[in-house]
Amino acid sequence: MVIDIESQNISILYIPIRKKAIIKNIIGGQGFQKKMQVMGIRTGQEIKVISRQPFRGPLTIEVCGSQMTLGRGMAEKIMVEEYR
Amino acid sequence: MKKIVLMGNPNVGKSVVFSRLTGANVIASNYPGTTVDFSKGKMRIDGQRVEIIDAPGTYSLEPANKAEEVALKMLKEADVIINVVNATNLERNLYLTLELLEYNKPMIIALNLWDETKHLGIEIDKEELEKILGIPVVPTVALTGEGIKTLVSKIKDLKVEKKIKPSNPDKRWIKIGSIINKVEKVEHRHHTFRDIISDLTIRPSTGIPISLVVIFFAFWFVRIIGENIIIYILDPFFEEVYRPLILSLSDYLGSGIIHNLLIGDFGTDVSFLESFGALTTGIYVPFAAVLPYIIAFYFTLSLLEDSGYLPRLATLVDNVFHKLGMHGHGIVPMFLGLGCNVPGALSTRTLETKKQRFISATLLAICVPCMAQLAMIFGALGRFGIYYIGIVFITLIVLYIVIGLILNKIIKGESPEIFLEIPSYRRPSLKAILKKTWMRIRWFLKDAVPFMFFGVLLIGGLYTLGILQWISTLASPIMQGLFGLPGDAGIALISGFLRKDLAVGMLISLNLSPNQLVIAVTMLTIYFPCIATFTILIKELGIKDMLKSAALMIAVAGIVGFILRIILLGV
Repeated sequence: MVIDIESQNISILYIPIRKKAIIKNIIGGQGFQKKMQVMGIRTGQEIKVISRQPFRGPLTIEVCGSQMTLGRGMAEKIMVEEYR
Repeated sequence: MKKIVLMGNPNVGKSVVFSRLTGANVIASNYPGTTVDFSKGKMRIDGQRVEIIDAPGTYSLEPANKAEEVALKMLKEADVIINVVNATNLERNLYLTLELLEYNKPMIIALNLWDETKHLGIEIDKEELEKILGIPVVPTVALTGEGIKTLVSKIKDLKVEKKIKPSNPDKRWIKIGSIINKVEKVEHRHHTFRDIISDLTIRPSTGIPISLVVIFFAFWFVRIIGENIIIYILDPFFEEVYRPLILSLSDYLGSGIIHNLLIGDFGTDVSFLESFGALTTGIYVPFAAVLPYIIAFYFTLSLLEDSGYLPRLATLVDNVFHKLGMHGHGIVPMFLGLGCNVPGALSTRTLETKKQRFISATLLAICVPCMAQLAMIFGALGRFGIYYIGIVFITLIVLYIVIGLILNKIIKGESPEIFLEIPSYRRPSLKAILKKTWMRIRWFLKDAVPFMFFGVLLIGGLYTLGILQWISTLASPIMQGLFGLPGDAGIALISGFLRKDLAVGMLISLNLSPNQLVIAVTMLTIYFPCIATFTILIKELGIKDMLKSAALMIAVAGIVGFILRIILLGV
């Protein structure tokens, strides 16, 4: 499990379905960051997981009022803080 | 001539705006990434002819793939920009808008999907947005044409008011935040019926059973439409109108080579399926046996596409396709290919890497039967029962998976993960669907009719000259020894390269046993695509990769034919 020790940030992979969270950090190279950013996936945005396909399949998330499907490898790099 | 370029995120209805402006045949669908090539059209504004270009959808001007590079190139040549913005997702769409403004070209915003904002509880202050951005903003509903006239009337007065300096991503996002604060109000809304359907179709526990039901009904629907077109329209036409014409032509021609080529053997009954004349089988098979199903198939597929179901299906099947070296999007070429392999082959270019495109195209050519092939499979094996048809389909499905797994292992290159927008469900417009169905059928008509007609003529000619008999003798030891088939089946295989449906009558008239037919039909499906698909694949993959792919097809056909022979006929 990827955990950012200093804060309470965890990867979006481990957020329960339908639970709202805030994007805190996106790990990865500049190209990846940009690719996420233009789709509205950026620090400070509210995010929620809509569905998770079994056997390490992709996640469907909702950000900025639109939904998108992304592979686990990408989802793993989106670090969030769960709403309490 | 002035160039007006349409720019916008994928899936905002840009192509619908474009076809509203030009009336051109442009495919617009509720699936991100349909337009990889750009489309051009012409229109008149105040008597002046202008060129309209529909650039591929892009999220930003720092291109991330082939389609976005094309969009950037289009932008640089533009005299005027129409920025199509999804009103239901203003925040994300504005990023591209701000980037576009930095190019300092005359620009107007079409705030599309305006009608949907009301359902979603979104309120946008259009005047305020105009004031902040300094350019005109026109609310539009491209599907119905609302707002398009206003949009056009404002184009001629566009000019650059104030120069905007290049900025950076962080500053743009800050600006977007402040714009959204000022112009947009979102009322809290309850989960709508549409949201519930959306959730049910994308969650694995409910989504997978639903997808099976949807696919089952889709094929059932295709069969119903196809059969009814044949029973109530085409068969009566061919029997009541066309047959008497052919019979009188037959009397007029009398016996001879020309009669044999155009109609079939003289003196026997005219059978549209088996006579093998250019005007009998050559016309009947593509128009009356295959075309109805192609129409039905693409109509149904367009419904699924425009409603927004396909991206959800792509999400559900992503896992399987990822193991085969593609990702969920790979289902699109496969589905399109079930109608006619040509549009299927064209759509492989929406996959990101060369490896993905190669695997997708090769699997398409080997394992995905087009409607003509399906007609052939059902035509030849249908009367022996579902068991034999089952063997063919199971063989093809197993091959799709096995070859995919192997190719994924041995081909170098990347298979990126899926990253796909899931649009809201939308009510498809009948007009757009009919237009799209027509666009795709055109491929079939353009290829099928001439190839089938001249194919029959060519085969008839070669037969008369005795060349086919010679090939048959030559192929006999291989066909007999390896696959347990008569030499004449070799002729069917060869003519299958011209058109797969050409081989139907040939195989039927050979009087093969059901097991032999299974072998012949399976090999015919696998060994090569028809010549039309073949040329498209050369263009899409390049000649070198296509040769590899073709070698693979022949090898697989040989191996599978041999294995089936051992299983079905014994040694």
